[in-house]
Amino acid sequence: MSKPTLAVFKFASCDGCQLALLDAEDQLLAVAGAINIVNFPEASSRMESGPYDIALVEGSITTPRDAERIQQIRRDARYLITIGACATAGGIQALRNWGDTAEFMRAVYATPEYIQVLDNSTPIAEHVSVDFELRGCPINQHQLIEVIQSLLAGQVPRTPRHSVCLDCKRRGTVCVTVAQGIACLGPVTQSGCHAICPSYNRGCYGCYGPAAQPNLISLSTHAINAGDSGTQTAHRLRNFNAYATPFREESQRLKNQSEEEA
Amino acid sequence: MSTQRHSSYSCFLSYDQFAKIFDVLHAFDYEVIGPTLEQEAIVYGSIRTVDDLPRGWTDIQEPGRYRLQQREDDALFGYVVGPHSWKQFLFPPVSTLSTADRTDVGWQFSEAKQEFPKVAYLGVRACEIAAMQIQDRVFLEGPYVDHEYQSRRRQALIIAVNCTQAASTCFCTSMNTGPRCQQGFDLALTELPEGFLVEVATPEGEAVINSLESEDVTPEIETAAETARQNAVEQIKKELDTTDIRNLLMSNLEHPHWDEVAERCLSCTNCTMVCPTCFCSSVEEVSDLSGDHVERQRQWDSCFNVSFSYMNGGLVRNSIRNRYRQWLTHKLATWNDQFGTSGCVGCGRCITWCPVGIDLTEEVAILRQSQEQSLLESEQEADHLPG
Ligand code: SF4
Ligand code: SF4
Ligand code: SF4
Ligand code: SF4
Repeated sequence: MSKPTLAVFKFASCDGCQLALLDAEDQLLAVAGAINIVNFPEASSRMESGPYDIALVEGSITTPRDAERIQQIRRDARYLITIGACATAGGIQALRNWGDTAEFMRAVYATPEYIQVLDNSTPIAEHVSVDFELRGCPINQHQLIEVIQSLLAGQVPRTPRHSVCLDCKRRGTVCVTVAQGIACLGPVTQSGCHAICPSYNRGCYGCYGPAAQPNLISLSTHAINAGDSGTQTAHRLRNFNAYATPFREESQRLKNQSEEEA
Repeated sequence: MSTQRHSSYSCFLSYDQFAKIFDVLHAFDYEVIGPTLEQEAIVYGSIRTVDDLPRGWTDIQEPGRYRLQQREDDALFGYVVGPHSWKQFLFPPVSTLSTADRTDVGWQFSEAKQEFPKVAYLGVRACEIAAMQIQDRVFLEGPYVDHEYQSRRRQALIIAVNCTQAASTCFCTSMNTGPRCQQGFDLALTELPEGFLVEVATPEGEAVINSLESEDVTPEIETAAETARQNAVEQIKKELDTTDIRNLLMSNLEHPHWDEVAERCLSCTNCTMVCPTCFCSSVEEVSDLSGDHVERQRQWDSCFNVSFSYMNGGLVRNSIRNRYRQWLTHKLATWNDQFGTSGCVGCGRCITWCPVGIDLTEEVAILRQSQEQSLLESEQEADHLPG
């Protein structure tokens, strides 16, 4: 039996998630024994056409051409896995979904009429069905290997859905919100980074997107009671996962509230 | 720690002598773990000399807020309990239970081999001793004994410290666990301006004290220590009325107040993680890439983790309301059914370290008030019935 094939595809993104895969050298070599990597733009210019057993998709859909390209990849792939905040939530570039795309283009490009873009940056799952979404900005290489290994073994990948707080506590980090008054998205963010930011006296930026059943209203209400403005609180949610539904809705609610008050 | 058949007695240790206790403990092969300043808090970590202790610092605590503050004196133990608890040493957050290796003759299974060093826990407060004894019931006194916990616990030397002040979040007096250390220690210290009054409770503790130059306790020292300890009692303002608390909670499982707490609770797990008695964990098999070596790992888990109640078919506690109710009823009601004791020692950690400052004593008080109110109303109704 021939080895399963794996192909990596890139859409609007910074390539950081592919780098996380490249970074996992040792594990990748072991995985390479079990799979045949036929398409990996960040590592090799070799491109093979489908079908593929596993397609890893990085990046969000931002152009009409990309919106078509993802359809073909879906047809070619047995399992389609999206990786990273761009592919799973639209990425940092989804901030433009609240702005005026035409105006941005005029500001950036000398001849904007050559540019063809969609009004919104959207996650892959808004265009095709996705078999598994691996979150993170960038993704955690151990989780990626877990996903690939699980697919090969026919198991459901184990990527925990609990809050970042649980990881803080397991590693003995003192809560930066309680001990230092630093705003932190950890209670509403999914685990995956091993709670790295609080261990460096930073609040969580929400890189892994909303945790399961997040209570965003309570967290923002608390931040506002502690003295933050509604706009500040909204902007905290508008980062890499700004367009993920719970973050999008809560930041919108806060913005509307601030406007009404103004 | 051995049981306290030993008849206890007291002595006095000057600060200079106390400073030598670290060398003595090291000479007896104890690793010393105690309070130290780190990450803007007083945490528990490795202590090599007296200078590693938070000399001259205190903590200010309230719901959802903790701040360090400099004291006006040089006290070594002038604060209460912080974000860490001894649980993380006796029941570590992550541990490997067993391993399996694929060999030519099939899978070989083995229990994880671990060394358990002798540890002296320095600065253990009364509520924390109570918490250890609750975890003893969980891990040692049921049908399944946790061998790792047992080995660590057996090796432990407990050097307790009586609280001489309290935080706004402390309510050990309601739970009958403190602030005075009554038992469960090898040595218990009360800090005074010139040194420590030391209660010696076990031969292990006595061996340590005999290696130092201690003095007799004068009546003045005895009185000063009593006053210092009384200071903590007087500072405790928080209360939890535990009268019939099990039935209060269990007969109000559908009370609308659970929905109200659920609006505030983030289900972030922090309260259960900092709680010195919470013992939940999950176990998973972690394999290397080849799949030839597998480790069975156990890590702290929590009833606030959405996946924690996953059973085939779905989530049993699929809402924050259900998860908060699970925590509160387990701590204060069903723990009694399970282990014959409350699951709460009144240390206040879950109040301080909740990022949105939810205070379990207030939630219980609201349920109690509402119950009393409805009892009153039904009595009034009964009075008005034509009879
Ligand atoms: S620092 Fe942030 S992630 Fe860590 S426990 Fe506090 S709120 Fe949670
Ligand atoms: S429930 Fe709260 S107050 Fe009670 S022992 Fe646990 S952390 Fe301490
Ligand atoms: S309160 Fe929750 S985490 Fe704590 S012991 Fe009970 S079920 Fe476990
Ligand atoms: S009570 Fe507080 S600490 Fe506990 S889960 Fe809810 S928000 Fe987190």
